[in-house]
Amino acid sequence: MGFEKFGRKSFTAVTKVVKFVDLLAEGKIDGTLCKKCGAKFFPPRSDCATCFSKDMDWFDMPKKGTLETFTTAYYAPFGFEKDPPYTMAVVDFGDGLKLFARVAKDIKLEDVKVGMDVGVRTLSYEDGQISFEIVKA
Amino acid sequence: MEKDVAVIGVGQSSFVRGYEGSIRELAFEAFREAMQDAGITQKDVSASVFCSAPEYDKQRSPAGVLAEYLGLIPQPTFYIETVCSSSSSGVKVGYSMIKAGLHDVVVVCGFQKMSEITSAESQERMGRGADIQWEAPFGTMMPAYYALYAQAYMAKNGLTHDDMRDVRLKSASYGMVNERAVYRKGVKAEDFDPKNPDAKMAGPVAWPIRVGDACANADGSSCIILANKEKAKAFSKKPIWIMGIGAASEAVNMAARPDFSQGLSVGYKAAAEAYKMAGITAKDVKVAEVHDCFTIAELMAYEGLGFAPMGEGKQLIREKATYKEGRIPVNVDGGLLSKGHPIGATGGSQMRTIVLQLRGEAGPMQVPGDPGIGLVHNVGGVGLYGNVTIFGR
Repeated sequence: MGFEKFGRKSFTAVTKVVKFVDLLAEGKIDGTLCKKCGAKFFPPRSDCATCFSKDMDWFDMPKKGTLETFTTAYYAPFGFEKDPPYTMAVVDFGDGLKLFARVAKDIKLEDVKVGMDVGVRTLSYEDGQISFEIVKA
Repeated sequence: MEKDVAVIGVGQSSFVRGYEGSIRELAFEAFREAMQDAGITQKDVSASVFCSAPEYDKQRSPAGVLAEYLGLIPQPTFYIETVCSSSSSGVKVGYSMIKAGLHDVVVVCGFQKMSEITSAESQERMGRGADIQWEAPFGTMMPAYYALYAQAYMAKNGLTHDDMRDVRLKSASYGMVNERAVYRKGVKAEDFDPKNPDAKMAGPVAWPIRVGDACANADGSSCIILANKEKAKAFSKKPIWIMGIGAASEAVNMAARPDFSQGLSVGYKAAAEAYKMAGITAKDVKVAEVHDCFTIAELMAYEGLGFAPMGEGKQLIREKATYKEGRIPVNVDGGLLSKGHPIGATGGSQMRTIVLQLRGEAGPMQVPGDPGIGLVHNVGGVGLYGNVTIFGR
């Protein structure tokens, strides 16, 4: 249990990388790093597909990246009806690390551009859910 | 070209909103047409494969139930799922069963009854076709995923909203003449004009994707009957041979995707494999069905299939090259956009269209010039699964 707290609404409660949620609560957005071969993963995974090791460490994601692409949802799936419009985007940090998340509400929609510099931060919802979001660099 | 496995019968139900019957009755509609087309009976069939996206049906493990209703017991039956490309995957499995020598005639039947749940529930299920652990918690849905690709194409490849609109105008023009299509109405450019208060296609769904950029959900079924060389020659006057099959998969998570302005990687990989197996190039294809769940998806497919260079798919629609009379006609049956997209039935329906084109039996949708080679491109999820199948006479 524990992963049910992740995101606006979680669809799964049990995972071996549940520590990700605890780290979010500490203000950290972390991926996993294979102690054996050094492969980095985001989103985090508990098993290394490169060398089959399950001995993983946590590493902090880079603070700055480039907004690769985005979309603004005007309709939402079941369970998210109160949220639209909301913008979701992909951030490219280089070195093969990318991240998908919502864009913070304090960025005006007309200011969101492909190629802009962005950062990421953790986010707590009023109902206790915890997540991360994309912010201006 | 290899002539080992042929299509000897094709069938498709009408694609409709709210089919008034159960899934077994829906499947029977396509099956009946395909069996009558092939001129065979159930005793000639040695196995069946059923294809759909689960979670739309109350029925668990539908293959056994459908096999019984279609009269295909006690032969073995299997269930295959790759969401929107389920029936292309089913045909690959059927092809493999025949190539392996285990079976001589295989029925592949795709079906989907989407209308039993609400549109919001449907979007939620489709969103869960993506990564439920890391992405669905942000409120993702299919249009939003494809919009990520559309946005990158607009920013980096000079794609415009008018280009996407023009894909829909083309599809609608053929949906009007396809009696099996769910969306039979015509679409005009002013339907996309935000200054027009009656513009029914202009509203944003997941920007930059608008209402008119999205395909029509539908209920429907398709059926493809495959046979080995001996049975094809015995049963069929016009067998259409499977020349090449390619399939690929890609990371489900957007964070693991390569450059969004370069389209769906599964399209390129599946196409390269299918072309190699068939011993042809993109130039040899005379008619194609591509997976246009959204207008951007058709434009990306032009590039993935090699009909246009990378980033230049827009030129084909600007030049009307993918119209019926053009250099490479694409989706002249209305495509997913107007014919409709009953998920599990879609690949088989695309194949039916190509088989009819190669036989010269496509009626008002027939492309000129007696096409001899046709291609089907069918994608599952947001480029999670890709399938390309090439057919020849």
